[in-house]
Amino acid sequence: MERQTLARSLPAARTGRRILTAYLFLLPALLLLGVFTFYPVTFGTALSLFEYDVITPPRFVGLANFRALWTDRYFWIALENSIKYLAVVPVLQGCAIVLAIWVHRSTRGLGWLRAAYYLPVVTSIVVVGILWRWLYDDAGLVNFILLRLGVVGAPVHWLASPGIALYAVMFVTLWKGLGYYMVIYLAGLEAIPPGYAEAAAIDGATAVQQLRHVTLPLLRPSILLATTLSAISALRVFEEVYVMTSGGPVYSTYTMFYYMFDQAFGALHLGYAAALGVVLAAVTIGLSVAGFRLLREGGLSYY
Amino acid sequence: MVLVLIAVVTAFPFVWLLATSLRGSGTVFSFPPVIIPRPPTLANYVGVWQTMPIGRFFLNTAYITGMGIAMTVVVSALAGYPLARMRFPGRDLIFYAIVGSLMLPQHVGLILNFVTMMRLHLIDTYAAVYLPSAASVFGIFLLRQAFLTIPNEIEDAARIDGASELRVWAQIMLPLVSPALATLAIIEFSAYWNSFLWPLIVLKSPDKYPLAVGLLYLSGLFAHNTRYVAAGAVVMTLPMIVVFLLLQRYFLRGITIGAVK
Repeated sequence: MERQTLARSLPAARTGRRILTAYLFLLPALLLLGVFTFYPVTFGTALSLFEYDVITPPRFVGLANFRALWTDRYFWIALENSIKYLAVVPVLQGCAIVLAIWVHRSTRGLGWLRAAYYLPVVTSIVVVGILWRWLYDDAGLVNFILLRLGVVGAPVHWLASPGIALYAVMFVTLWKGLGYYMVIYLAGLEAIPPGYAEAAAIDGATAVQQLRHVTLPLLRPSILLATTLSAISALRVFEEVYVMTSGGPVYSTYTMFYYMFDQAFGALHLGYAAALGVVLAAVTIGLSVAGFRLLREGGLSYY
Repeated sequence: MVLVLIAVVTAFPFVWLLATSLRGSGTVFSFPPVIIPRPPTLANYVGVWQTMPIGRFFLNTAYITGMGIAMTVVVSALAGYPLARMRFPGRDLIFYAIVGSLMLPQHVGLILNFVTMMRLHLIDTYAAVYLPSAASVFGIFLLRQAFLTIPNEIEDAARIDGASELRVWAQIMLPLVSPALATLAIIEFSAYWNSFLWPLIVLKSPDKYPLAVGLLYLSGLFAHNTRYVAAGAVVMTLPMIVVFLLLQRYFLRGITIGAVK
């Protein structure tokens, strides 16, 4: 009798142990993700309804933070700059696709060239920022070359002119990201069977036609992914701005994330910063969804 | 040829940075720009080493990077294993929750992470720098994929021999997924080595700064001695470039896995 119950309960105990083992393996990851991802994102969103400065306890203020944003001129400046920053996305993706196609076609001795493209990707943004601050200087290398080539008559104040600084910073983002997206597209290109292009070539398609009707449509999943990734990081740009211009001159490179950082860790307006974060998230999600639709339904031809 | 031109545009600033760090005199701003310093000198490296705690910054970075990589690899390898090889209630839910967390607005979490660190009295400690990124979604996903490819027979054989689950994991499974572990370690190396924003937020005392934060601090102090700053920048960049050139394949594999699958 006792033997029978033992036999019957044994599998149950074993299953119980197996489940426990599985959860023990998962415990460190779930604990860390819980504390440092799920909890802060959830409560960070909720924090946008509070006023909180770390010292005094949080005070519920409802939508007051969002109403304050509405009349905050720095918020609108930051939002405008962040949206302008998106202009880097199509240029960056276009260059990365073209570069990937070239690299994919040429076969000989490209290892070192690929490494050269990737160098900026693995370099710290601080080094990159300091480096470009020097290159952009009035007496820097960029002005030197442009003056020598006769492209400009006088040194351009790249980081000191309100109308130019944002674009100068955007160029650094492009320069740093090019290699990364090129690798994504290269992977996409490797996955395309060579037979398609050959068939098109036999049917008499020109190189441009092959690109438009064969390569780009087949590359669509990569384009979709890379565009979304780069749009999200363009909206959240921070480091380039922090290192090169600190938001200046006259707020011309003041972006959403920069403003959030300032409000949270500079002014300790944590609730207000959270509200900024929520708006930034909403803009990001909205644009990603729109972009996804657009790309999926072919609103942009052949992408 | 265009490919070479683009390579020059992307790589040249580094050559010029190195040249600047080896120059004996003058600023970075000179007409024409100096590409080959005559004679090259290591004086700037000595100078920056003596006047600034760059060695200290270097050690801080190495420590944070080492701890970060070790934690990320262990945590990911632990979590990826049951998600790939065990059946238990809630498995799929947990997997989707982990992968789905990539879509959460992480930047909003930054604010509360700072508050959490304050509550835990971890502000201005190294642990505050590496703990929040120790559970990497990419790492868990990568290792789950790697564990999935191992044939069942190997595991069964070990189990028949009476090995415990932890032993199966440590002695049988981990060696089999070592390429994935290497890929993850390399990717995390570049992430921790270059991390800037978060250390900037949680570290207060300059003697704990990693190179990225220290270098910016240094560039403020040494605004007039750009050659010192250039030397510091080279000190920071060189290990990264060497690791990258040696292990290119792993780097690129990391992106491709993240991108295509």
